[in-house]
Amino acid sequence: MNHLPQAWGRPRDDVYGPYDASYLQSSHPQTHTQQPIVTGTSVLAVKFKDGVVIAADNLASYGSLARFTDVKRLRPFNSRAIVGIGGDVSDMQYIDRLLNSLDIAENYSSEGHGLNARNLHTYLSKVMYKRRSDINPLWNQMLVAGLDGDDKPFLSSVDLLGTTFSSPTLATGFGAHLAQPLLRKVADDESQVSDVAREKAVEAVKECMKVLFYRDARSLDKYSIAVVTKEGGVELKEDEQLENQSWQFADTIRGYGRTQEV
Amino acid sequence: MASLLGSNTTLTSNPSYSFSQAPHNNAAAGSKEHSFYPYTDNGGSTLGITGNDFAIIAGDTRSTSGYSINTRYSPKVFRIGGDDETGEGAHIMLSVVGFAADGTALKERLNAIVKMYKYQHGKKMSVKACAQRLATILYGKRFFPYYVTAILGGLDEDGKGALYSYDPVGSYEREQCRAAGAAASLIMPFLDNQVNFKNQYLPGTGEGHDLQARQAEPLPRHQVEQLVRDAFTSATERHIEVGDGLQILVLTKEGVEEAFFHLKRD
Repeated sequence: MNHLPQAWGRPRDDVYGPYDASYLQSSHPQTHTQQPIVTGTSVLAVKFKDGVVIAADNLASYGSLARFTDVKRLRPFNSRAIVGIGGDVSDMQYIDRLLNSLDIAENYSSEGHGLNARNLHTYLSKVMYKRRSDINPLWNQMLVAGLDGDDKPFLSSVDLLGTTFSSPTLATGFGAHLAQPLLRKVADDESQVSDVAREKAVEAVKECMKVLFYRDARSLDKYSIAVVTKEGGVELKEDEQLENQSWQFADTIRGYGRTQEV
Repeated sequence: MASLLGSNTTLTSNPSYSFSQAPHNNAAAGSKEHSFYPYTDNGGSTLGITGNDFAIIAGDTRSTSGYSINTRYSPKVFRIGGDDETGEGAHIMLSVVGFAADGTALKERLNAIVKMYKYQHGKKMSVKACAQRLATILYGKRFFPYYVTAILGGLDEDGKGALYSYDPVGSYEREQCRAAGAAASLIMPFLDNQVNFKNQYLPGTGEGHDLQARQAEPLPRHQVEQLVRDAFTSATERHIEVGDGLQILVLTKEGVEEAFFHLKRD
């Protein structure tokens, strides 16, 4: 060994000539998802006193093209859990199939009460982390909303890297920048969740969906919204329309090539 | 860690955040290559200090991605070898900072190993053995590392506080104190001075080289706790990825005590 660690473990150039690195390449490189193609934008969710409200619009974009306008991105799992999925739509459909088979397996082997939202989140985070570790990611960010083992509100996120975190309010994608600051006014802290009424949470989420439609160019005014409570289970509405839009502010926008009055 | 995480080498010569800020100039090369990068940096900082009969590990609870705050409460400090839900009975503490998903995976693996050790050998794993095992786990993924800086804390065979610090591929060392993560470069010099008394000299012992250095000695617990809080309030002022909450675990022969303090949320 010499004083050059980068030379250790390699054939000596002075004896064998320069190392032929072409041997390291296989003839058929295996390819994986390197970028999302058809995509869904933000998912929003807020915890309240006795449950969680979650929403996502019904658009699947192909680049800047609004390709599919009736895509359901909230995927109810059972009466206690629902998943909101953003990112690649084909990977979302694969996750949907995974959850179907998980549900069937659980129902066959059940010893009673099945999976709650926390269990579901753990399952999805293991799937996502395994796939990223294989360098074959599922290109999504998901919010899992529902009730945990003690029937308390549960809300948590998992993304394509397997990173997980939870918070009283969560938003993916563009929503993390535009909606999350607004949602944090409703509940900034876990201790404030018990003071948030269902109506307030639903109203905040709807308002944020509107803000996103104003500013997120890959969003739609048709959206899905779900409320999960112990009493009502998963109440999912998949064909909602944004109400009371006001484009008054548009007049005041400057820039983007519209610097002068027309 | 800053320069290692997917940043452009030509742009990192100046003070920078631990995520890439500058636009990549792939266009200059004529073609644009995009590939999946399996790591990210979730920011935050951790810190550990030992005393005569205790070890303290602390970490802020902010989780970030880029300029966004993911959540204000995401613990980085864990009990190892305790009850699944409460952590009751744990005799080792672990902190992980860097890529949070790897941190969680590493914590879960070490926790499982420490528990299996107890079931198989009928005794608790010593901190020394656990420290060596953690190094082996990290080194086992030498070519696809867990992108985390770990700190392990416990009490040694003599009941003295023991602290081990690691790099992402398993190099490790027993120390009196260590700061890790985003604000490590801000906290560590403070610790050098206040825990190991670096650059402190005894007045009146001479001139120049004759001046005698102040000898380090283990600090009492209340003083260490105050140092930890000062370190984090200061790091919160100066580093954008540090803040929201401070979680402190103190391990004594009685077990693990946890304390939580608020930090600035800006």
